[in-house]
Amino acid sequence: MGKRSKVIEKDAVVIRFSGDSGDGMQLTGTLFSNTSALFGHDISTFPDYPAEIRAPQGTVGGVSGFQVHIGHKLINTPGDFTDILVAMNPAAIRANARWLRKGSTIIYDSDNFNEKLIQRAGYKADPFAEDKLDSMNLIAAPISTLVKEALKGMEIDPKTVLRTKNMFALGMVYWLFDSQLKYTEDFIEEKFGKKPLVAEANSKVLRAGYYYGETIEALTPSYRVGPAPIAKGTYRNINGNQATSWGLLAAAEKADLKLFIGSYPITPATGILEELALRKDMGVKSLQAEDEIAGICTAIGASFAGRLAVTSTSGPGLALKSEALNLAVMTELPLVVIDVQRGGPSTGLPTKTEQADLWQALYGRNGESPVPVIAAGTPSDCFLFAFQAAKIAIEHMTPVILLTDSYLANGSEPWKIPSMKDMPSITVPYAVKSDKEFLAYERDPKTLVRKWAVPGTPGLEHRVGGLEKTIKGSVSYTPENHEFMVKTRDDKVERIVSDVPDLKVTGKKTGDLLVIGWGSSYGPVTTAVRELQEEGYKVSAVNFNYIRPLPKNTAKVFAGFEKRVVCELNTGQFANFLRMKHQKYSYHQYNKVQGLPFTVKEIKDYCIKLLEGKKNG
Amino acid sequence: MAETNNNHYIAKDFKSDQEVRWCPGCGDHGILASLQKTLAELDIPKEQYVFVSGIGCSSRLPYYMNTYGFHSIHGRAAAIATGIKVANPDLIVWEMTGDGDALAIGGNHYIHAIRRNIDIKIILFNNEIYGLTKGQYSPTSKKGLTTKTSPYGTIEEPFKIGELTIGANGRFFARTVDYNLQLSNEVYKVAAGFHGTAVVEVLQNCVIFNDGAFDAFTSKETRDDNTIILHHGEKMIFGKNRDKGIILKDLKLKVVKLGENGITEKDILTHDAHESNPGIHYRLAGMSLPEYPVALGVIRAINAQTYSAAMIEQHERVQAKSKIRTVDELMRSGATWEMK
Repeated sequence: MGKRSKVIEKDAVVIRFSGDSGDGMQLTGTLFSNTSALFGHDISTFPDYPAEIRAPQGTVGGVSGFQVHIGHKLINTPGDFTDILVAMNPAAIRANARWLRKGSTIIYDSDNFNEKLIQRAGYKADPFAEDKLDSMNLIAAPISTLVKEALKGMEIDPKTVLRTKNMFALGMVYWLFDSQLKYTEDFIEEKFGKKPLVAEANSKVLRAGYYYGETIEALTPSYRVGPAPIAKGTYRNINGNQATSWGLLAAAEKADLKLFIGSYPITPATGILEELALRKDMGVKSLQAEDEIAGICTAIGASFAGRLAVTSTSGPGLALKSEALNLAVMTELPLVVIDVQRGGPSTGLPTKTEQADLWQALYGRNGESPVPVIAAGTPSDCFLFAFQAAKIAIEHMTPVILLTDSYLANGSEPWKIPSMKDMPSITVPYAVKSDKEFLAYERDPKTLVRKWAVPGTPGLEHRVGGLEKTIKGSVSYTPENHEFMVKTRDDKVERIVSDVPDLKVTGKKTGDLLVIGWGSSYGPVTTAVRELQEEGYKVSAVNFNYIRPLPKNTAKVFAGFEKRVVCELNTGQFANFLRMKHQKYSYHQYNKVQGLPFTVKEIKDYCIKLLEGKKNG
Repeated sequence: MAETNNNHYIAKDFKSDQEVRWCPGCGDHGILASLQKTLAELDIPKEQYVFVSGIGCSSRLPYYMNTYGFHSIHGRAAAIATGIKVANPDLIVWEMTGDGDALAIGGNHYIHAIRRNIDIKIILFNNEIYGLTKGQYSPTSKKGLTTKTSPYGTIEEPFKIGELTIGANGRFFARTVDYNLQLSNEVYKVAAGFHGTAVVEVLQNCVIFNDGAFDAFTSKETRDDNTIILHHGEKMIFGKNRDKGIILKDLKLKVVKLGENGITEKDILTHDAHESNPGIHYRLAGMSLPEYPVALGVIRAINAQTYSAAMIEQHERVQAKSKIRTVDELMRSGATWEMK
């Protein structure tokens, strides 16, 4: 490879690929991430795309972005600010201008910077001047022209030619990082294996982009990010929806149960149904239901029939499922309900992230309806918490809600592949026939868990249903029985606390400020707190994965700090939950409802304000 | 269909210890009795049955059956039954539902269960009224019916259950009458032996809120002349004196009198329940007074692959191609790398 004019060594770099929603930016970003991970970088990704499959071309609303943060150190977020922006059109500049770090590199397709598209993006004439980006390292590449040139003479239609533009941009970025092209070339070969001409065109353009970078090398520095200090083992990249699906498969295997999923397509949860629909080789039964209600009802049926049953959805779907969810509460059947949260209310922001379904999960049902709620913290962590959700559902005979969100579902990171032998066991509380009459709601005295009597078993014939029941399973409207059963169901869920691990504090157990996150707040909160600690502040962090019941040591952890602040992507749902559950303490709250994850910087700024600049002593 | 086990059941073996709480004189009592008799005669181990229901008078039935049972929520019986059957095809799933439960709040699940050909037996208690909520009109109430929510008469056209079912690509449709235990028993047995979604509409008299809704063709005086009981392979002849029949003329069904205008028995249609073209079954299912008699018995029963059979076949096909069987294998498939 050619000599580099200047190599910048960095601990971490944030790259954002940005263009029209049809420009292939998601794929480009994914290929770059996988290549980086294979090299040994720690990575975190954040796809950010519009709800429309093909939004109006060239408009800011139609911009689809994929951000990846690669690092020589441990990476917990996709990064606040971009170091390298690939902009396929002027709208991509407009959409991302405020997120560019000083001195960033912008690679753009100059063929698309014509008057029409510049004005469509809301500029008058010069995007870079108008957004004060002149001082950035601008690399203009007439990508459309170069692609046409590179593929001259090949017998492919002009549309296919232009669709390879993303590979050209990717090639240029690979040159910037001196990366290997092999992973991407293998991918192209596999994806277009049946269309050799298209495969050849994409590979050709990828290389053309790379060589173009080399040709213009005098103009630009290149980057080098060393491998991250990652633990030994076998790794792969995984996103939240895939990790969730695999966690469920792992639970089914450990419990020796067949997995059933009944779901209805909904952004951003559909990936779970799609992933599990693939796994017929492992015996997964997937049913794309006629609606959200049928999704959960088929799952409840499967649970009654003795299977590990799952339904996946997002906020609007959870609303539709709430009546049936209560049927699972009443019949005390194991069921995992996954809510991949998105911006609400109503249709809201289907492709954007938010943590605003917490109250819906906790309280959004009629009557007294206790349901355990747990939340995953990172994309790969969805594996563990999906596993745990299923374990709790089975062992405690209850529906469980697992909250993830768009940020986790679509974000990806390297994941050290666990071994199934190291996963916890799952004990299924089957009913067995005895001389005594089978009573459907007879309970384990310690856990209050009833037994699972699976149809097909002789001698355990019984009836369940949504009407209030006695221990025997007979319908009862007796006042005292109803109160007893309401309290028992609640107590049963509270007793799950014995299976909930203690909170782990990032940092010292005492200090000036405890920064509290839940679910996907984990990445930005932890990163912000680590940086504050390095800067000398007496700050620690905790992240809640178990919301109901809360971990046993919650109060003890809270007691060690002068102030507490709860960071969440809603207007304060978890903060208010804590105010109710742990009234002794006061809570500051840092909230954001923009459909975007937290940046590390904004959390740090808020913490410093709370600390009034107070450092050591 | 599961093997029989020489259990020598009698109807009483299928009675649970729960007190039956339907109104005295309600048609539901007859339906329960004939189902218990049918199941005893089928002699299949009772633990293999799951009775699933939604909400309404009809949906209380699972409590009275000494089998596995699931009394669910309004309208969702078909979805829950689908989940049970798909999850464990070895179970025998009967759905108990009503005209409000299946066709109003649960209409979506009803048509999709039928479209998918889930191997469940749907007994649809049609009393053309909401009983448990005390007398409101339903999707099958006759136009103009005065009820508590239609004090000046309904202005809606009702569904005809047979037409809706066949329109949803239904492969099995039968109709019987609550008090006719013999016909019901016969129809339930054919439904039980059918592979796929079997819908049996039971015309069920609600003595409190819609009494006599079917008297025009079910009373002792009217039934012989105003109903026709269809049997596969038999001529469509009916009437007290067995002197009326059905022919097809100008693409329409027509009632004729034997012996009049030179009509003889050979002109009369022969019922073919196995004809896959739904046209004639649709017309038979839609017959109503005064032009036609109401058709009873098995109107349509055509074989097709069930959902579960298709799923099993697809699983086998995928498994023959893929080597992945365990989670460890799955997690290590595709692009992975080693950190040393």
